[in-house]
Amino acid sequence: MNLSLLLEMASSALDDRTAIVSGDVSLTYAELDAAARRAAGRFLEMGATGVVFCGTNDVSFPIALFAAGYAGLPFIPLNYRLGVEQLQPLVEANAGAVVIAEVQPVPGADPAFTIDRADLLDPAFAATTDVELPGFVDPDDVAVLLYTSGTSGTPKAALLRHRHLTAYVIGTVEFAGADPEQAALVTVPPYHIAGMANLLSNMYAGRRIVYLDAFDAEIWIETIRREGVTQAMVVPTMLARVVMHLDGEPANVPTLRTLSYGGARMPLPVLEKALVMFEGTGFVNAYGLTETSSTIALLGPDDHAAAFAGDPVAKVRLGSVGKLLPGIEAEVRDEDGTVLAVGEAGLVFLRGEQISGEYDGGSVIDAGGWFPTRDRGWIDEHDYLFIEGRADDTIIRGGENIAPAEIEDVLRRHPAITDAAVVGLPDDEWGQSIAAVVVLGVAGSATVDELQSFCREHLRGSKTPERIEFRDELPFTPTGKLLRREVLADLTS
Amino acid sequence: MEIKAGSRLACPDCTVELVVVKPPSGPVTLTCSGAAIVEATADRPGAGHASAEGDGTLVGKRYADEETGLEVLCAKPGPGQLAADGRVIEVKGAKPLPSSD
Repeated sequence: MNLSLLLEMASSALDDRTAIVSGDVSLTYAELDAAARRAAGRFLEMGATGVVFCGTNDVSFPIALFAAGYAGLPFIPLNYRLGVEQLQPLVEANAGAVVIAEVQPVPGADPAFTIDRADLLDPAFAATTDVELPGFVDPDDVAVLLYTSGTSGTPKAALLRHRHLTAYVIGTVEFAGADPEQAALVTVPPYHIAGMANLLSNMYAGRRIVYLDAFDAEIWIETIRREGVTQAMVVPTMLARVVMHLDGEPANVPTLRTLSYGGARMPLPVLEKALVMFEGTGFVNAYGLTETSSTIALLGPDDHAAAFAGDPVAKVRLGSVGKLLPGIEAEVRDEDGTVLAVGEAGLVFLRGEQISGEYDGGSVIDAGGWFPTRDRGWIDEHDYLFIEGRADDTIIRGGENIAPAEIEDVLRRHPAITDAAVVGLPDDEWGQSIAAVVVLGVAGSATVDELQSFCREHLRGSKTPERIEFRDELPFTPTGKLLRREVLADLTS
Repeated sequence: MEIKAGSRLACPDCTVELVVVKPPSGPVTLTCSGAAIVEATADRPGAGHASAEGDGTLVGKRYADEETGLEVLCAKPGPGQLAADGRVIEVKGAKPLPSSD
């Protein structure tokens, strides 16, 4: 199995159905397949060793991805928003790869090996000599190299082989199962695993994929209405902006059947407001990591609807990431490696065919085939998986493990607060002390004393932040992950 | 013929094309309504099957043989029916999931 086979099947079964829409440009499945095959020939003729993609979402992204698959070359989407000093080493680490660029020059790229992404749509962008595409691409070859967001350090290059990504797609998506009117709106960028999974799953399902190159709440809603979008995926910061934009009014998007979210922890107040505004739309929480080829657990529409209807058990489960996908196994272990019982919190380990757990430089899969996610969490007696956050973010205060997310969830429930970040500061007495940075709403006001009392009412005293600071906004990555190291640097500077 | 993961296979007599998802644990003869499956690049006369039973082989469906662990994905559909050493191999049931992407 390799990625381009997924397109080959879709093209053969769906032919002139629209595959991709981006601005004024659209491609049918057959046109996408033809463009990808042409570009593959060109890349091989150039002697490329990989395909780097540096740009926002548009039709050139799927062409370049599947061209890489047809040519048997790794596809490497880079975060075009990075500064020169961060982007250049990543480009240079992939020397020999052809660079598909939205904006030139790309730092560190050879101009002779850089291609304007618009060229990929040109029928003349093909091999000029007789180049044969390899008919067989080993499922064990690297399909995609994705740099993790590196919120706590330097980005790591995660390797996803063809067998990982295709296992995810053929295991979770019914081939050509979408009605012809179904359309998916994609706003997550190409360099994010969700952007990759969105493209592969929706294409294999036979949906029309509608791309937005940048997220804007108003345009996002207008696009759903104009294109009759039936499926959409957002990261929490996007949903927060939509909720703020709607300001209590109904979203009025009757075509939208499913709204899925993931990529970071969803603040409960945002979700609760969204459930009201998007009445009639099914909500799906998807949990996964780059190293797991995207989603490995889901909380589905029924669970969301039950929580919305007031079912107390379902309300608790709204804080979970739902149940594991078929074929995925999970284990929770303590720091010593002992497997913990149901309900006990520890480190989450995963196993399954879609899980890579491999980086450029080595695999972290253990002898039993388990991938250490470095996320902390627990599984309840009905198999719902709860994720507390990254193990590296855990605050250890006086020997007690404290998940920042638990305190952040409480702070966000305070009416004056719109967002909160909690970090551990070095402390001579306790090892670490708890500090919170909060953002007040437009009309909100609160004192440090009030917020500390509020925390003490809902949490143990040992979990109440010793220090609380007010800021206008929190630092997030464009894909909605809180940059805790920047919060920490701000507090310790 | 070696059946390895990722190989493209085809029926010589009908339109069925397959890709191997999981190779078998040992040697196995894969047939499509009696005709021995060949590599997709091999000569395919396409004479059709004299008698094709069942619902045919459906595109996008996975077919798994429990005995050998062989699993194939149908890349192109056709009227033939797949069998491993004479055992009919069935569609692997997939539980529909809500769209998460």
